[in-house]
Amino acid sequence: MIDFLLNGQPRHCEANPETSVLELLRETLGNTGTKEGCASGDCGACTVAIGETAPDGELHYHSANACITPAHQLHGRHLVTVDGLADGNDLHPAQAAMVECHGSQCGFCTPGIVMSLFTLHEQQRKEQDKTLVPLTPQHLEAALGGNLCRCTGYRPIRDAALSMNEHPEHRPLWMDAAAPVPRTGPTAGESLFAQPTTLAELVECLERHPEARLVAGATDLWLESTQRLVRFERLIDVTRVAELNVIEETTLEDGRSGWWIGAAVTYSQIEPLLEEHFDAFAHLLHRLGSSQIRNRGTLGGNVANASPIGDTPPVLLALGSRLRLVGPKGERELPLSEFFLDYKRTALQQGEAIRAVFLPHPVEGETLKVWKLSKRREDDISAVLGAFAWRLEDGILRDVRLAFGGMAGIPKRAAQAEAALEGKTPSSAAFQTARLALSQDFQPMSDVRGSAHYRQISAANLLERLRLVLMIESQAQDATDSPREVMLHAYAH
Amino acid sequence: MRTLTKLSKAPLSKAPDATPETAPASNQEATADVSAESTTARHELDGRIKGDGPLARDTLPYTPTHPHSQAHESAVKHVTGRAAYIDDLSAPANTLHVALGLSPVAHGRLTRLDLDKVRTMPGVVDVIAVGDVPGHTDIGPVFPGDPIFVEEEISYVGQVIFAVAAENHRAAREAVQAAVVEIDEQPACLDPVAAAEREEFVRPSHVQQSGDWEQALKDASFVVEDEQFVGGQEHFYLEGQACLVQPTEDEGVVVFTSNQHPSETQKLVAEVLGIPFHAVTVEVRRMGGGFGGKETQASPWACIAALFARRTGRATRVRLPRGDDMRATGKRHPFHNRYRLGVDEQGVIQGGEITVIGDCGYSPDLSDAIVDRAMFHSDNAYSLGDARVTGHRARTHTASNTAFRGFGGPQGMMVIEAAMDDIARRIGEDPLTVRKRNFYRTDHQTTRRDITHYGQQVDQIGLLHDLVEQLETSSDYWERRRAITEFNAESPIIKRGLALTPVKFGISFTAKHLNQAGALLHVYTDGSVMINHGGTEMGQGLHTKICQVAARELGLDTEEVRITATRTDKVPNTSPTAASSGADLNGQAARDACMKLKQRLFDFAHEHLYQDQGLDREDMRLEAGHLVAGYGESERRIPWGELIQAAYLNRTSLSEKGFYATPLIHYDRNVGQGRPFYYFAYGAAVAEVSVDTLSGEYQVDRVDILHDVGDSLNPAIDIGQVEGGFIQGMGWLTSEELKWNDAGRLISDGPATYKIPTYGDLPPVFNVKLLEGHPNSMASIYRSKAVGEPPFMLGMAVWSALRDALASLADYAEAPRLDTPATPERVLMAAEALRAQYGSQHDAWHDTRPLEKGGE
Repeated sequence: MIDFLLNGQPRHCEANPETSVLELLRETLGNTGTKEGCASGDCGACTVAIGETAPDGELHYHSANACITPAHQLHGRHLVTVDGLADGNDLHPAQAAMVECHGSQCGFCTPGIVMSLFTLHEQQRKEQDKTLVPLTPQHLEAALGGNLCRCTGYRPIRDAALSMNEHPEHRPLWMDAAAPVPRTGPTAGESLFAQPTTLAELVECLERHPEARLVAGATDLWLESTQRLVRFERLIDVTRVAELNVIEETTLEDGRSGWWIGAAVTYSQIEPLLEEHFDAFAHLLHRLGSSQIRNRGTLGGNVANASPIGDTPPVLLALGSRLRLVGPKGERELPLSEFFLDYKRTALQQGEAIRAVFLPHPVEGETLKVWKLSKRREDDISAVLGAFAWRLEDGILRDVRLAFGGMAGIPKRAAQAEAALEGKTPSSAAFQTARLALSQDFQPMSDVRGSAHYRQISAANLLERLRLVLMIESQAQDATDSPREVMLHAYAH
Repeated sequence: MRTLTKLSKAPLSKAPDATPETAPASNQEATADVSAESTTARHELDGRIKGDGPLARDTLPYTPTHPHSQAHESAVKHVTGRAAYIDDLSAPANTLHVALGLSPVAHGRLTRLDLDKVRTMPGVVDVIAVGDVPGHTDIGPVFPGDPIFVEEEISYVGQVIFAVAAENHRAAREAVQAAVVEIDEQPACLDPVAAAEREEFVRPSHVQQSGDWEQALKDASFVVEDEQFVGGQEHFYLEGQACLVQPTEDEGVVVFTSNQHPSETQKLVAEVLGIPFHAVTVEVRRMGGGFGGKETQASPWACIAALFARRTGRATRVRLPRGDDMRATGKRHPFHNRYRLGVDEQGVIQGGEITVIGDCGYSPDLSDAIVDRAMFHSDNAYSLGDARVTGHRARTHTASNTAFRGFGGPQGMMVIEAAMDDIARRIGEDPLTVRKRNFYRTDHQTTRRDITHYGQQVDQIGLLHDLVEQLETSSDYWERRRAITEFNAESPIIKRGLALTPVKFGISFTAKHLNQAGALLHVYTDGSVMINHGGTEMGQGLHTKICQVAARELGLDTEEVRITATRTDKVPNTSPTAASSGADLNGQAARDACMKLKQRLFDFAHEHLYQDQGLDREDMRLEAGHLVAGYGESERRIPWGELIQAAYLNRTSLSEKGFYATPLIHYDRNVGQGRPFYYFAYGAAVAEVSVDTLSGEYQVDRVDILHDVGDSLNPAIDIGQVEGGFIQGMGWLTSEELKWNDAGRLISDGPATYKIPTYGDLPPVFNVKLLEGHPNSMASIYRSKAVGEPPFMLGMAVWSALRDALASLADYAEAPRLDTPATPERVLMAAEALRAQYGSQHDAWHDTRPLEKGGE
């Protein structure tokens, strides 16, 4: 039973656990404005806006890929689709600007583009309440990077984004209506799509149905349904568990202070924190998936998924992260490095879930660099990802942690390369040893994203880049007129 | 130099009024640009273009605010979600949904197919395989070789073995998995070069030759020689293959399909069902992208759905899930090219040989014409001198590769663009200098350098030179070259590159009979106009342009002209919307219909209206919603609506059909000579890139484009084609990598693994302009030029700029081989190889600068 508002109209629907928002729209409700381009969350043609009331009481709309969003997660939410955006015959500014700028050709990606522009416009409106925030290239990339267009080459879409505000504001009144109050359905434990709201309820669900799959943002899980036709017998949705949605500042027993990031906190929600404290991590986050994915995906999910090419685990390994797990036997903690056992195999016991991920406070004198190599800069999966943390103490490298994705069956630190640098000056010789040691640490494989040879060479070259960065930083005060760039602007942070 | 450019500089204010005076003058000047042969032909054709000043200069700049820059006819429907694509069409509640059983192996024999369990799966209504086809089982579009279902031999992973129709899409897909399929697997051939060596071809090889190429190689100062691999490309139309078929009350079907070639689908569906063509109607309102991928490869699904619809009497839908679509349908042909060219000391090609091997996949499909077009374009904008060009069509165990924007042309051009860079490094000149020296030209002292290796005289050579000079200046090429050289000398890791590459693209189907088109014009008694034609709308704005043609001919606003879905029962026997020909062919056909109706209306007005005054038939015209006769005091204006009412009441037909066939073109395949193209479209791009030679990452910093569309029919739409084509071409050469595993299975089978350009790949500086002042020298629709495909090849500038950046690692002594797509992996490997050979500059960085403050 799903109660939600579709473009302002109350809807009450039944759906199977594996039904997506897109299937609900197109097949059950006959709303065909929203298109299916890939059914895997990679093209953005199905982009919709989901509105929910934030803790500050305001209704916020965020973009999402309808094809991989579970229909049941609409319960108690607003759903805005391209069909509902115009106010009668008056086009929404996002629509009017797209027409005026010749932003559509075949038109199939256009509904998704319009919805991404709509959420960008909503964000601008909120910001404009305080002060006029001009759109930056970063805003536009974040808003549009998840919408593939095969016809236009994007220039007219950029123009449309930049000129939306010049069009009269036509905004149906229902967009500000309160989110619907969900009717109470069966208790969490009985539903095939359980939506516990407290940790206690979650634990109860886990106890009763240890075989159930857990779902948060569904950005990976849902591909099993759309691509491999898996039917989920029973799902437990962790996104409404209050305790999993908080970020708590804390000090661990080992004396380290930091944040416990609730496992259901989305990438978008941790973005401000990372931007403030971890420039390198934030930069990576901007290249992780797309807005639609970052609005839904979670740090907990990325870790639990245990993919060798997940973007955040190598960074968390380099930062010395820990996990707090919850299950029928209570809670336990372990270092992240002990979590990944083998390809897609983790330390999670049956009926256990990740409660929170520990992100330590930045340590004085410690530097973090995160470099991701992929075919395409935006919305691509890494061929190789290197996350490097170290301290420089009197010219000596300390606490060197070199973690890689894409180099083994799990995200993994390069123990021998680390040993080659630990306690050494960052000399050419030390780095040469470290580069050679990498081939002992890793025997990567060839796949669609890159050959083993490329992975080996580029991973070693990332260490060379690290050496050059250290060298340049050590010479920062030197007057020099020669270019000292070791990275492209588009990739640098 | 010709004076054509002056035309564009006529004062703005004169534009509309100046037409009568300037038209004859312009005509002469433009004539100077064409050969004697085509000039004669032009006179013959002048009849078609009289009456509205074919060369009337449009002097407003070609911008999105130009009066002809009308929005796409469906723009409002696109942005509100009201534009209906195939899967959005409503259908009866009992409509069936189809899923396909695809081969898991690349090559083998089907030894057992047991579908009994499939039939018992929930929701399944019908299951069919090859034995269930009443008519033809081979649905090869031009040549046989494409079975609708596997009979015995399996030829690629993704080939259709059987199909299931069920009550819903998911049930059909789930049922497919219950099939028992046994295959005697055999070794697969995935290497087109090996196939060519064994002479495993889908079609015979072809040769084009001019002069004594062997002597030219012997006499040359030096020879450049290399080979290259040019990758294929997935179309990635956002709307996947889809159709909806409804059975009719007799033996036929109505097919709604996302399709570039409705007439061919009509033919194939009829043949598969074993019924006459007139029992099948095919309708295409719009496609969510085509790019060539729905020219031949949209038909199989319509045939399969039609079989189910006739067997069950129920409407039947097919929509391929993205992964099935990518595995089952063909792509742009990957090519292996070789070149050996003799060059003089100035770097000018004297002759030589070029061999292109197209990887056709398992069957001919359109590969004959595609490899031909690669051969026709292996010269791009340069004279090859005395050359022999050979094209092979290799058979491999992959999906049958097919049409894709450019149709082999891009793969052919890559040969000569690679050679240009090679020559430049060899003689130590800038690649642009070398390119310009090799351009087709009319002023060469001793030899003719204005005729292609297949014997066509190149038209508008002056335009090419003018265009490149304009772009050279507007892009500030030489100043940037200087800055980049300086930057690279000082920057050990980041290297910048710059390149200007031209495009000369031949316009016409090389299959002569396809160069025809029809249109149907109805005027209703309220004066509203409906125009229909044989072209299909895939986003390129064809319908918008045709509306504009009809409105212009009839003196109406475009709002008064409605275009309707392309249907085989309105305009029959149509050609595919392909080869950039949509507006050229259908625009002329629409104009023909309008002109015929216009003449009839003038005759009627002359005879029946103002009989006492005797309206002058000679000066009648339709403008601003009126029929206008006479000038000054004797001018009479009759509103369009009144004219139509009066004509109807006087029993005048208000419907007309139009027809057009491109004149002059011919090609003799026996000797490899002729004039296959009515005209050429030109363009050029300058790209600047930065390359991280340590990681292989790169970024495109700036792109400048100047492109020739003749007199633009719609500048906004044309700019859209140019920009979109460029980005798509750039994607083909950079991030879009098709990969198969050793067993022949496509492993880049979705957008997670196959990366088309996204928003962030739009160059931060992107200056795109249409060339002004150069109307088409041939009598095309309002002197415009085709624009669909030519801009695609502008993307080569990015590839050449990457090579330029890499060449700096060799101090420009060598242009490194860079196969495509030039992924970060390929760029890194090229950089590593150059470093190994020429020494590492960043190693030098170790020695010249102390590593740590205070030393170790």
